Amino acid sequence: MITLNVNGDQHDLDVTDDTPILWALRDVVGLTGTKFGCGMSLCGACTVHLDGKPIRSCVTPLSAASGKEITTIEGIGASELGKRVQDAWIEQEVVQCGYCQSGQIMSAVALLKENAAPSDQDIDNAMSGNICRCATYARIRSAIKLAAGQPAAKEA
Amino acid sequence: MHMLPETQTADTTARGDVSRRDFLKLSSGLGIGLLLEFSLLGTACSKLGIGSKQEFTPNAFIHIDQDGVVTIVAHKVEMGQGTYTSMPMLIAEELEVDVSKVKLQHAPPDDKAYGDALLGAQITGGSTSVRGAWKPLREAGARARMMLIQVAADEWKVRPETCYAENGEVVHQPTGRRVPYGDLVEKAARLPAPTAVTLKDPKDFKIIGKPVHRLDAPSKVNGTAEFGIDVKVPDMKIATVSASPVFGGKLVSVDDSEAKKIQGFQQVIKLDNAVAVIADHMWAAKQGLAALKITWDDGEHAGFSSTSLRADIAKASEAKGAVAKKTGNAPGIIAAADKKLEAVYELPFLAHATMEPINCTVHVQDDGCDIWVGTQVPVVAQMVAAQLTGLAQDKVRIHNHLLGGGFGRRLEVDSVAQAVLIAKQVNFPVKVVWSREEDIQHDMYRPYYYDRISAAIDEHGNPEAWQHHITGSSIMARFFPAAVKDGVDPDAVEGATDLQYAVPNVYVDYVRHEPPLPTAFWRGVGPTHNIFVVESFIDELAAHAGKDPVEYRLALLKNAPRAKAVLEMAAEKANWFSPLSAPAKGKAGKGVSVLFAFGTYIAQVVELEVDADQQVRVKKVVCVVDCGYTVNPDTVRAQMEGGIMFGITGALWGEIHFDQGRVQESNFHNYRMMRMNEAPVVEVHLVPSQENPGGIGEPGTSAVMPAVANAVFAATGKRVRKLPIATALTTA
Ligand code: FES
Ligand code: FES
Repeated sequence: MITLNVNGDQHDLDVTDDTPILWALRDVVGLTGTKFGCGMSLCGACTVHLDGKPIRSCVTPLSAASGKEITTIEGIGASELGKRVQDAWIEQEVVQCGYCQSGQIMSAVALLKENAAPSDQDIDNAMSGNICRCATYARIRSAIKLAAGQPAAKEA
Repeated sequence: MHMLPETQTADTTARGDVSRRDFLKLSSGLGIGLLLEFSLLGTACSKLGIGSKQEFTPNAFIHIDQDGVVTIVAHKVEMGQGTYTSMPMLIAEELEVDVSKVKLQHAPPDDKAYGDALLGAQITGGSTSVRGAWKPLREAGARARMMLIQVAADEWKVRPETCYAENGEVVHQPTGRRVPYGDLVEKAARLPAPTAVTLKDPKDFKIIGKPVHRLDAPSKVNGTAEFGIDVKVPDMKIATVSASPVFGGKLVSVDDSEAKKIQGFQQVIKLDNAVAVIADHMWAAKQGLAALKITWDDGEHAGFSSTSLRADIAKASEAKGAVAKKTGNAPGIIAAADKKLEAVYELPFLAHATMEPINCTVHVQDDGCDIWVGTQVPVVAQMVAAQLTGLAQDKVRIHNHLLGGGFGRRLEVDSVAQAVLIAKQVNFPVKVVWSREEDIQHDMYRPYYYDRISAAIDEHGNPEAWQHHITGSSIMARFFPAAVKDGVDPDAVEGATDLQYAVPNVYVDYVRHEPPLPTAFWRGVGPTHNIFVVESFIDELAAHAGKDPVEYRLALLKNAPRAKAVLEMAAEKANWFSPLSAPAKGKAGKGVSVLFAFGTYIAQVVELEVDADQQVRVKKVVCVVDCGYTVNPDTVRAQMEGGIMFGITGALWGEIHFDQGRVQESNFHNYRMMRMNEAPVVEVHLVPSQENPGGIGEPGTSAVMPAVANAVFAATGKRVRKLPIATALTTA
């Protein structure tokens, strides 16, 4: 049995400790908001927070989470910042198919936690690991700026 | 002037037949209320039923319950293009309700009831969603409104003309009395539907044409949106698969002795051409699959490579093709011309790489089969499952889900068939999830095209004759054979035959050539291929004539006012005629393209830089769109932004290679996607228009590819005739 702390809840899982957090969350805990995109740390769809830091859950084994707190897209709205980012996403009309957006939001919240007023360069650095096949990048950028309280500058 | 072929399909099917009422049961009871059926195949001939659960007719489109909640049974699948928001807008406009009061439900698979007015089958593709629903949905809303007003007027004993509808209520103008729709629906359900409806004058639109927040956004930002891959069914197990690495290969044997040692492993399932491992969760399934020792019989295709495929298609293109368009005598004039230009254009195989990897969940039981999947073709999925299970078609229940991207990939049911074959061998529900590697290596690919194009040039440098000889796989021949007439695949030539430029002699023909691997539609379909060739070649002609690419095009667009207008506006918005400032390093260039496809006109100007290492960085795209009447302007913008970057990704980097019959790319490290730091500024301008709505999901992709290649030419002097651009620039 492995104990996993997710969004404030404890889960006892009967899996080996090399199981990536992604699959433990999705297939064992039953939290499917965290997405599978590549399985190789190439796309960011599986991003969750481990003690507040963004990680790629597809390549991070459960063993790395022992004694730590995982936050997923299902739980991120509980924080003021998380909620602000989600609202900005809706306000800027970011989503298309939406599949990548859990990961995008988790990366964005992690960025804003460290850096309350990110520059374009900071946004590039923090977000370039997250692929959006629908290419909603410009709106992701605007939404991050909006959440940071900067003018989002969406063209008319 | 382009008009949608609305009348072509209207009324070809007699509607209003109640006999199919019991054909299928809606999965969720909507309760008592007003239920209005109408046809997307014709002019909204409506049928009425009283909405008790017993009498519920399944082929209904809108339902208003006693709380005033409006439900549309949606016949389109949301893939990201905003249809779930556009369709409620159409209903809400005429029904006079708030868009947020309109709920959507997936249509059960029933071709006749939910067929698309343009495609004639329940398919989400070809940029048809809003185009096909534009009139029927508004008419349905108007009918329901008229009936509700009638009931209120009867109750108040006043004339209906003295009443109007507003915000989900009927109002009696002289007295200001109001009654909510919910109180009227039961009686309205007993009225006959009015036959004549008057639609609003577009100038009175309150909702259509105004930006509306996407209705699906909240669930997509908090993790609750359910995509096919997220399905949870009691007792479900997870499977992952490996298909024969060589197309057409067969499974010989599997040794699972190592796999059995993995915690969570359940069993191996053998198919003719694939192996699946079923486990408690994906990690165990993945590990189990990796631990198998599999022996394949590669079959007859183990030898081919990108080089051999290219040689085959080049050879095939020497044949004469089936004639798709003939005006005047282009071949004769070109053969005899002193001044002519000839080129060969090649477009590579492409994978779709939807963000949500391919998946399908199936439970096969003796008396029925349930399938949970995100598909663009629920009816086809149902038919295939019925065939494979031997069950009657109505015993197959498709539970359609959100699609984490479609782009043409989810028009195919290969993976549904595979999942059914796996599920048939067990007595519990199984979710089959492909790894990204499987997704890329067992896609159905956008075909390789090999186009020979030539023109005879007159004394002004304009094309007097134009010949476009297309060679490639016919997707339609497999997908919808009836569409192929006299050897011409309409998709393979789309964008080539309806040339907007005034050229007196035009000849377009098509040679079908099938590679030994499966091909399929890809975002922008025919036009993504042909517009690239046409718009690159017209650029070559402009350069050859020593003329500015925009001016050269404008002169030739004299008979195409909408195409000309978008180009003029794009040139203006992009400051086409002012030179770019020189970049700090490398070279800069601007390129242009014009498109007419899917009922939409687009002109784009691309600005980019090419550095010393031949790396291309697209800085800015100005896109002018005339897509007729715009239902949700922000959706059009979003589709252009995304479609353009999708196209740039394909143009710069997209290519699937083969060696020994196997796909060489496997994941995002070698099948490159555009990322945040590479995304250009995309500026979208909409031309106000009263024309019928055109498609928006695909043409942005089709238009941008040649604009990028033309900008690369402007920057470097190198004409890219073989995509992708990155490869063309780095190899001599
Ligand atoms: S699924 Fe983890 S980075 Fe792509
Ligand atoms: S919204 Fe579709 S992948 Fe990002």
